[in-house]
Amino acid sequence: MEHTTHSARGDWAIEADGLVKEFGRNRAVDGVDLRVATGSVYGVLGPNGAGKTTTISMLATLLRPDAGSARIFGHDVQREAQIVRQLIGVTGQYASVDETLSATENLVLFSRLLGLGRRDARRKAGELLEEFGLAEAAKRPLKQFSGGMRRRLDLAASLIAQPPLIFLDEPTTGLDPRTRAQMWETIRRLVSTGSTVLLTTQYLDEADQLADRIAVIDRGHVVAEGTGDELKASVGESSLQLRLVEPRDLGDAQAAIERVLGVHATASPEAARLTAPMQDADLVAELLVAFRDAGIHLAELSVQKPTLDEVFLTLTGHTAEPDTADDEASSTGLELELEGSRA
Amino acid sequence: MTAATIVPGAARTLKNHVSLGQTVRNSFSMAWRGLLKIKRTPEQLVDVTVQPILFTVMFTYIFGGAIAGDAMNYLPFLLPGILVQTVITTSVVTGVQLREDMDKGVFDRFRSLPIARVAPLAGALLADTVRYGIATVLTFVAGYLMGYRPEAGLGGVLAAGLVVVVAAWSLSWIFAFFGVIARSAGSVQGISFLILFPLTFLSNAFVQADTMPDWLQWFVNINPVSHLVTAARGLTTGADVTGDLLATLLGAAVVVAVFAPLTVRAYMRRA
Repeated sequence: MEHTTHSARGDWAIEADGLVKEFGRNRAVDGVDLRVATGSVYGVLGPNGAGKTTTISMLATLLRPDAGSARIFGHDVQREAQIVRQLIGVTGQYASVDETLSATENLVLFSRLLGLGRRDARRKAGELLEEFGLAEAAKRPLKQFSGGMRRRLDLAASLIAQPPLIFLDEPTTGLDPRTRAQMWETIRRLVSTGSTVLLTTQYLDEADQLADRIAVIDRGHVVAEGTGDELKASVGESSLQLRLVEPRDLGDAQAAIERVLGVHATASPEAARLTAPMQDADLVAELLVAFRDAGIHLAELSVQKPTLDEVFLTLTGHTAEPDTADDEASSTGLELELEGSRA
Repeated sequence: MTAATIVPGAARTLKNHVSLGQTVRNSFSMAWRGLLKIKRTPEQLVDVTVQPILFTVMFTYIFGGAIAGDAMNYLPFLLPGILVQTVITTSVVTGVQLREDMDKGVFDRFRSLPIARVAPLAGALLADTVRYGIATVLTFVAGYLMGYRPEAGLGGVLAAGLVVVVAAWSLSWIFAFFGVIARSAGSVQGISFLILFPLTFLSNAFVQADTMPDWLQWFVNINPVSHLVTAARGLTTGADVTGDLLATLLGAAVVVAVFAPLTVRAYMRRA
């Protein structure tokens, strides 16, 4: 996707400088800088509790930053909050629609709040329900909605005012693969009409598939930023995957890799598997010699193009899997409420 | 999606303030939501349907003989009292439901919309006047069926009902404030009841103040609930209660003037 042609005005849909948010003693967001170009899809990638939702909440005027500043299309999120709200649509991690109302009533309510007349609101609700494949379920109580249907309704509600910037907080978390693919399709269609999208995700392939640029966020920091390809390149062109015959050799093998390739190999003990970034393919021959000398036997050897999983591993030293022992659990506030209700 | 292209953010002209007209419109939209919710969950109406009927019947026949000689003599005195007690108790629900509501995801969306910040609050409070209305009507209907015929006629009844609803609406700002600052809906109920129970019973709602010991009379006479009861009673009997009426309305205005800004500010500050 092209994101190089911008007018002089409105280059940036989002500019955030040094955003900080603390919940008690926990710095949920610890100095986040972001630049999101108008018309692009920007992915914010990170594990649970990395500060993604808190960052979005500050950009969407839901939370006041403790430090730093942010502008949406040049408008300050604190001083010009009401203007910012006219420029954004927010789709939360958990459907932010009214559970006691029907789908139609929800959309009519939000349309009315956005200033549409009674008849226009009904028409708009009908159009959006049709478009998001919810027309049949329009009158049903939301309690009977599946996760995917709720998410679609939530997104539909965000699009009533056709905002030029849309925040999608983990739009596909908890959805089955088919519904997820539908959501991706919807997001792509959205972008083709000129919307700017900022989406957060824990799924590395999702950021890779949808986003023009990606910020990797961990413990409230942006640890890397760039296109998917740039991020992949930053961990080396490819990675070396080894499977050992004897799992107890893992430590020795790791040490050999450290010595010969000069990189840290990540081990997954249950599969006796090692993964190491590979800058220079020539060195592999020497590594194999070192293994033979040490009596380490290989069951399998392959070279893989890096995935964003490995990017994350390299950048943060831990995997992108949800970390239950995360210190986020001791925090209070929005992030915690959201995290808590997932369990 | 629906439109071919979206107007770029930089090309839009926007205002950073909400007009009064928009605030009113937004509040009415939110009130419409409140009414839809009442329609969807009619079981929530138990407090304004069963309670007024039950209390009117119970109190009339239990205390009527002891206090006023017989039930029919007691009814014209009791009914405005029961009305005040029921409707004011109902206003606690406003705070409880507000707390429940604010814990839901939909409030995040409200806060991300370019609407008047106060609209979700104002709407909820506005919709609740319908609940007070229901309670008022049912109390009078229960009384009427038991033989209650107020001297001032329908006009007096309407005026009394209106004053009580206005007072309850003002008080609901207090409970809305608890609703905003409290951690859970249960604690809102607890705090509110602790305040309301003495206020409604230490008044002239059920018995004449002059039957009480002096120290209690002192409290009963300054209790705003007593002024409200006296005003409602006077309006239904046609007595001149201008003083109590003014005191009630002034008190209501003061409560709103103090608690509306407090509540709104606490509501805005909450993350």
